Amino acid sequence: MHLAYPTVVAALLFSVGVYGVLARRNAILVLMSVELMLNAVNLNLVTFDMWFRDRLHGGQVLTLFTIVIAAAEVGLGLAIVLLVYRNREMVDVDRLRSLAESDDAAEAGEVGEVGEVEEAAP
Amino acid sequence: MIWLASLTILLPFLAAFAGMLGGPSLGRLLGSGGPLRNGPALIACAPAAVSLVLSAIVAFVVWQDPGARTGALTVIDTGSVPIRVGLQVDGLSAVVALMVCCVALAVQVYSVAYMDGDRRYSSYAAFVSLFTAAMLLVVFAGDLLVLYVGWEVMGICSYFLIGHHWEERANSRAAVKAFLVTRLGDVGFLIGIIVLGLSARTFEIHGVLTRVWTMPGSTLTIVALLLLAGVAGKSAQFPLHTWLPDAMAGPTPISALIHAATMVAAGIYVVARLYGVFAAAPGAPAVLGVIAVISMVGAALAALAQDDLKRVLAYSTISQLAVMGVALAVGAKSAAIFHLLTHGAFKALLFLAAGCVIATTGSTLLAKHGGLRRGMPITFWSMTVGFAALAGVPPFSGWFSKDSVIEAAQHAAFPTHPTAEASWFAYAPLDNGPAADTGVDRLVRLHGGPVWTYSSTPDLPHWTAWLIYLGLLLTVALTAAYAMRAWLMVFFGEQRGTYEVREPSKIMTWTAAAVAVPAAILGFFGLGAGELRPHLGPALIGVGLLIVGAGAVFLLWNRDPAADPAKALGALRRVFARGFYVDELYAMAIVRPVQALARGVVWFDRRGVDAAVVGSGRGARRLGGLLRIPQNGNAQAYLTGLLAGVAVITALVVIFR
Amino acid sequence: MSGQEIVFTLLGVVAVGSGIMVVTTRRLVHAALWLVLSFGALAGGYVVLTAEFVAWVQVLIYVGAVVVLLLFGIMLTRAPIGDSADLDSGNRWAAAAVAAATAAVLVTVMVMGFRDERMPLRAGGGSAGELGASVFRTWVLPFEVLSVLLLASLVGAIVLSRTGIGPGRGPGSGEGDG
Repeated sequence: MHLAYPTVVAALLFSVGVYGVLARRNAILVLMSVELMLNAVNLNLVTFDMWFRDRLHGGQVLTLFTIVIAAAEVGLGLAIVLLVYRNREMVDVDRLRSLAESDDAAEAGEVGEVGEVEEAAP
Repeated sequence: MIWLASLTILLPFLAAFAGMLGGPSLGRLLGSGGPLRNGPALIACAPAAVSLVLSAIVAFVVWQDPGARTGALTVIDTGSVPIRVGLQVDGLSAVVALMVCCVALAVQVYSVAYMDGDRRYSSYAAFVSLFTAAMLLVVFAGDLLVLYVGWEVMGICSYFLIGHHWEERANSRAAVKAFLVTRLGDVGFLIGIIVLGLSARTFEIHGVLTRVWTMPGSTLTIVALLLLAGVAGKSAQFPLHTWLPDAMAGPTPISALIHAATMVAAGIYVVARLYGVFAAAPGAPAVLGVIAVISMVGAALAALAQDDLKRVLAYSTISQLAVMGVALAVGAKSAAIFHLLTHGAFKALLFLAAGCVIATTGSTLLAKHGGLRRGMPITFWSMTVGFAALAGVPPFSGWFSKDSVIEAAQHAAFPTHPTAEASWFAYAPLDNGPAADTGVDRLVRLHGGPVWTYSSTPDLPHWTAWLIYLGLLLTVALTAAYAMRAWLMVFFGEQRGTYEVREPSKIMTWTAAAVAVPAAILGFFGLGAGELRPHLGPALIGVGLLIVGAGAVFLLWNRDPAADPAKALGALRRVFARGFYVDELYAMAIVRPVQALARGVVWFDRRGVDAAVVGSGRGARRLGGLLRIPQNGNAQAYLTGLLAGVAVITALVVIFR
Repeated sequence: MSGQEIVFTLLGVVAVGSGIMVVTTRRLVHAALWLVLSFGALAGGYVVLTAEFVAWVQVLIYVGAVVVLLLFGIMLTRAPIGDSADLDSGNRWAAAAVAAATAAVLVTVMVMGFRDERMPLRAGGGSAGELGASVFRTWVLPFEVLSVLLLASLVGAIVLSRTGIGPGRGPGSGEGDG
């Protein structure tokens, strides 16, 4: 079988996952998209395992491990999402802006604004 | 000896710091009531009195055993010319120091009453002490740079004291003006000192004077002119005289101090101290002479028309200092110092007595005075002595000193004059020989040091000598005129104000009266020295001019005692009263352009420099704001950028390599 | 084009297509269901690639466990069942561009790199026996480490999701709902 077929499918699937991660607001949808990307990687692993005819089946074993890790990741991810939901009543990724400079900090920065020179009394 | 001299300087210096730091608290500690329980006053007066005693001892020792004594605290090795921090005591410095201490003590005692109740009396007294210490440092300095230190400290003290009542804008402006104008001269002075010290390879006054002959004439001229700039600034000579009349904004005792003992005396003193430099420098005596003649006549004319008693005295100070300058220009150093001493005495007296008048009448304007003779007899007689000495009425002190100056000028103008004595500017050690060393002669005698033995009149062009001579005679008449006018307007005629005429406080009146004693009799000490003795010709001319000047004013006044005799000047009166519009001229020629320049600089600073700085700050901030937009905390946006970058890099590296 | 390739292509189209549906659909639950389809198609792909054990694991864990877990997540966050208009964030077009660029780069690289490569496929290469032998002989240590990782993630998930952890409560008093 031509090696291009599975690799191209994996590439496309990965790109779809990228789009999902970047474009979706809902955190659970983002997690799904991450799963898509992981699956693309798994497909590649299996493909190259077959291509190399690996005697130790490293690719397939690693795929199994990845699947297990993905399951654990989904569990943890959902726990985090639930925590966020409990705290904020929403799970929209683009409304979680704690990384940004807060308004208070921005105002504190404004204090150092270069002031006009006082008009000297003649 | 040196220890006594340094103690004389140190005591007021320490008193200044003690008064500054502990005056008010000591005052609270002692409580109030009576001058003896006034803490700041004690701190100020006691050291001044001790200093006076010490300087009297120094003067006595120098009188007994003339000669220069030097001592150095330390030598600062600067790498090129070392600086010796040291003092030098000789006849000249001892006698001037004695005068300074006398006046300082009188002023301190007087101020206790005059400044009674002033909130800042403590700092005032401390500054007076510091002022005294600085002047004594100038007097005793054995090194040019040490002298310069005292010189500068005096400048700043005068600033603080003139602006003592700084709440009024005019006073603080006067202080700033005094400071700036003297500073202008000081720049030249400092450069002159440095050039002099470097070309003499030493800053020691003693050493400089011995090496004057090794220096080229052009260097000497430059040095002398630069020093003259400082002297003109400090001694208020044309063209840097404008600060002195404005300095009348200060309290009256300060005027007494500045005019009699410190500050203005320092300029003349320095010329006398470095007389070898001036005498040897080609052209310098002529410049000094011309400056002095302009100051002398101009200030006397201005004094004639002033409305303000203190300004009359201020212009008379300029005029009298110029008389000393004239004496120095024609080579009569002894006469100059003699006049410095007598002037110190009678000008201190005049200001202290004027302070009494002002304290009583509450005004400095002559138009508000009048008829004070009966109510204030002590002040009247003190001031009469002062005016008489100022005008040169024999036998008061001013007459002797002025006469010796006239004599010297006459000698310079008529070199073959029969009365001229060849010996009157003969330098020590030989001048009169030990046998002739009597009386104040020794004190007044110029340079105690035996180092240089040339005897010369300064190199003075003939026309300058004539100019000096004529100017001097004119000044004598004018001095008599304005002294007469002020005397008449203050003490005679009808009372022109609503105040009770009585002596102010006893301390003030009797201090002034005490100063009147030296002002009256100091002249007789000059009899001991040949060149200071009155001569018939100049004496007759002087007295004649005195009678002309004073008599003319008296006649004018007698015609209408209520009117100001200066009215006879007509249109000129205004010109004289404004000091020949020199201030206005400076305002137009210097102050306005400088202000315009300053405004331009401010404008440029704001629109150019500041705008660049602020603009770059704002630009950076705006750029930062632009860059902040992506940093909005949206992790997806970050990830988008990250992946886009990865894609681009991968494409560049892998595909398009 | 061999039969394997045709089947794989079809499965790949299904996988990618349902993946696209996952990331574009307006209903959350539908997205999860489309995910099932995508994973199933991929499992088919594994079978075509003779990795049968991986395929079964894929079906069991992904389709069985992960998707159910995701559905639980959807329910617990009280997501709307019907259409929701704002599932896509503002930078959709940028995301699309980046995704397209990624796809272009990856596809180009893959095609450039493996243009003529073929892989031999033989039956039984990915059977449970072979893989089991491999796992428990060669890869046993990573396998054990992975079990520790699973345990850790289990504990982490519980700690994260249970409410009311604080100094005031005794152990076990919080209601775990993970």
